[in-house]
Amino acid sequence: MKSKKIIAGLVLVLFAITMVAGCGGDKAPAEKPGEKPASVKVGLNAELSGNVAQYGIAVANAIELAFEEINAAGGADGIKLEVVKYDNRSENAESLNIATRLASQDEVAVIVGPVTSSNAIATIPVSEQFEIPVVTPTGTALDITVDPKTGETRPFMFRTCFIDPFQGQVAAQYAAENLGLKTASVYVDNNSDYSKGLEASFKEAFEGFGGEIVSVEGFVIEDRDFRSTLTKIIGANPEAIFIPAYEEQVSLIISQARELGYTGALLGTDGWDGTKVSEVNTPEALQNAFFTNHYSPESTDPKVIDFVKNYTEKFGSTPTALAALGYDAAYVIADAIAKAGSADPVAIKDAIAATSGLVGVTGTITLDAQHNPIKSAVMLGYNEEGKQTYVETINPK
Amino acid sequence: MDIFLQQVINGLSLGSIYALIALGYTMVYGIIKLINFAHGEIYMIGAYIGFFAITALGIGFFPALIISMVGCAILGMVIEKIAYKPLRNSSRIAALITAIGVSLFLQYTGVFFFKAEPKVFPKILSDGRMNIFGTKAYISYQQLTIFVVTILLMLLLQYIVHFTKTGKAMRAVAYDKDAATLMGINTNNTISMTFAIGSALAGAAGVMVGVYYSAITPLMGVMPGLKAFVAAVLGGIGIIPGAFTGGMILGLIEAMVSGYGNSLYRDAVAFFILIVILIIKPTGLFGKNEKEKV
Repeated sequence: MKSKKIIAGLVLVLFAITMVAGCGGDKAPAEKPGEKPASVKVGLNAELSGNVAQYGIAVANAIELAFEEINAAGGADGIKLEVVKYDNRSENAESLNIATRLASQDEVAVIVGPVTSSNAIATIPVSEQFEIPVVTPTGTALDITVDPKTGETRPFMFRTCFIDPFQGQVAAQYAAENLGLKTASVYVDNNSDYSKGLEASFKEAFEGFGGEIVSVEGFVIEDRDFRSTLTKIIGANPEAIFIPAYEEQVSLIISQARELGYTGALLGTDGWDGTKVSEVNTPEALQNAFFTNHYSPESTDPKVIDFVKNYTEKFGSTPTALAALGYDAAYVIADAIAKAGSADPVAIKDAIAATSGLVGVTGTITLDAQHNPIKSAVMLGYNEEGKQTYVETINPK
Repeated sequence: MDIFLQQVINGLSLGSIYALIALGYTMVYGIIKLINFAHGEIYMIGAYIGFFAITALGIGFFPALIISMVGCAILGMVIEKIAYKPLRNSSRIAALITAIGVSLFLQYTGVFFFKAEPKVFPKILSDGRMNIFGTKAYISYQQLTIFVVTILLMLLLQYIVHFTKTGKAMRAVAYDKDAATLMGINTNNTISMTFAIGSALAGAAGVMVGVYYSAITPLMGVMPGLKAFVAAVLGGIGIIPGAFTGGMILGLIEAMVSGYGNSLYRDAVAFFILIVILIIKPTGLFGKNEKEKV
């Protein structure tokens, strides 16, 4: 009886060993070192449904467009790029699940997305556990690439857009210097890291320019009625209201603020980009409203003109900044895969970190030591027809 | 003072929406003791019916309102026939779970057909607003329309319930279903009718919200549905004037907390007040303490 147990135990241990060994074997790249793979799988973890679906869809479209172009031109230095795409339903938990699935089941070499900061932050553990680079095209929160506790750069997390503090700073600089405003209120989305991060940087920068923040109020993402809080904000008579939030809420906030008789400046960030703000609001309501953004489709740069033309032909709408960032992220990855010349995630990670002087549609991209790109921002406003229009390019002080 | 007046207007327009949805909850509860969690989704579908009626048929606000109410009434009756009627004699918890199932089914059917992206509701009511007695408070024509329509519908409902044969049958079935059946009342038709009326009110609320907030999504029914349920309980579930009052009170509380307290605690305070009222008066504001029938 006892010997049987021991044998059973031994079998179990052996079994376990083979399993571990088996796993190890799987992880090693199939090719010999130095030999280029024919294709590399790129995972796409995008918000294709849910609250911020319009962003996820735009980014996914642009990435697929970019990969099609790259593959049509012979691939990334001869390596074809294959996209494995899943929907994370705009949820943190699902973003984590999708990242795990891409890394473990689909064995992709690099993951693009998620699109929003909160969802991107949720995937950090996967990047570390599976040692796989995660590139968020549009997640602007500082903590995505830098651990706030230790101040160290997260080795496998990257972004191809500028960071939150930068946008808050640009908006504050525009309000204080270009518009000459002295007082402002901030109205934030309480559940969003993106919004909270921008609140902090706007406040600091605006006060740095000698302005005064008269009030800070918050809303939650399910809200559709902002009138009560807006009535309170307007009661304090700020010259500007800074609303670092996403278009679905922003479009309603703008119309309700104007309906309550507010005529001061409404300032925002790239979350405003998209078609909803113009669709919901009358052109009159959008006068004296401005937001920071990554690029303007009105640019005369030939690269932008081509991108806008190809995107519009394929998807029937003008690409938003989110789409432009997705497009650039795809090129950053293709560039890194070409340089690494392999499907090894660690080699690709090192190549992404070394990205320098890559000309994209949102500017020239060079990643700094904290995996953030260095580039300028544009300020957009609305014309008499209520359509987005380029105001000026801001280089932060 | 101006700001206070403005907050009252904000609160009452929000409250009107809650009240219209709460009426449906309360009527259904009154007659078959079921908390119809799918009610918020009927409101959502009402908004979409209104949206398609306006964009595809190019009709005005009031015809769209009526089409949406008719559509929702039919939907309410169909849901009752398919999902709730077979369970009428099983445990209440079975019916409740089914209601949650229907709610999720409608939400995600909505996501499938209407897509998750918010749709922009066409502006069919004037954006104008007017001053109130020369103060700095404004009431928009949209808000005015919401008040007037809500009050008219409420009066119509009171008329149906108290002065028509259907209403009499509804009250009888609510009082004692078996006795009503014995007296020759067609209980099934009466329950169907109750769902139809309640759903029509939710449909009306859906269209008005579409106009008021200009954006509709397939998941828009969740939060208002929950809040309206709270409003119904607050007023005393099963009691029609209670649902109306409960909705208005909830809207006002939310506006006042956002306006004078901290906007972050709005929902917390609203639900806290609900808990306090239920501790003091468990049957709700209009509820009577009934002895259990033997």
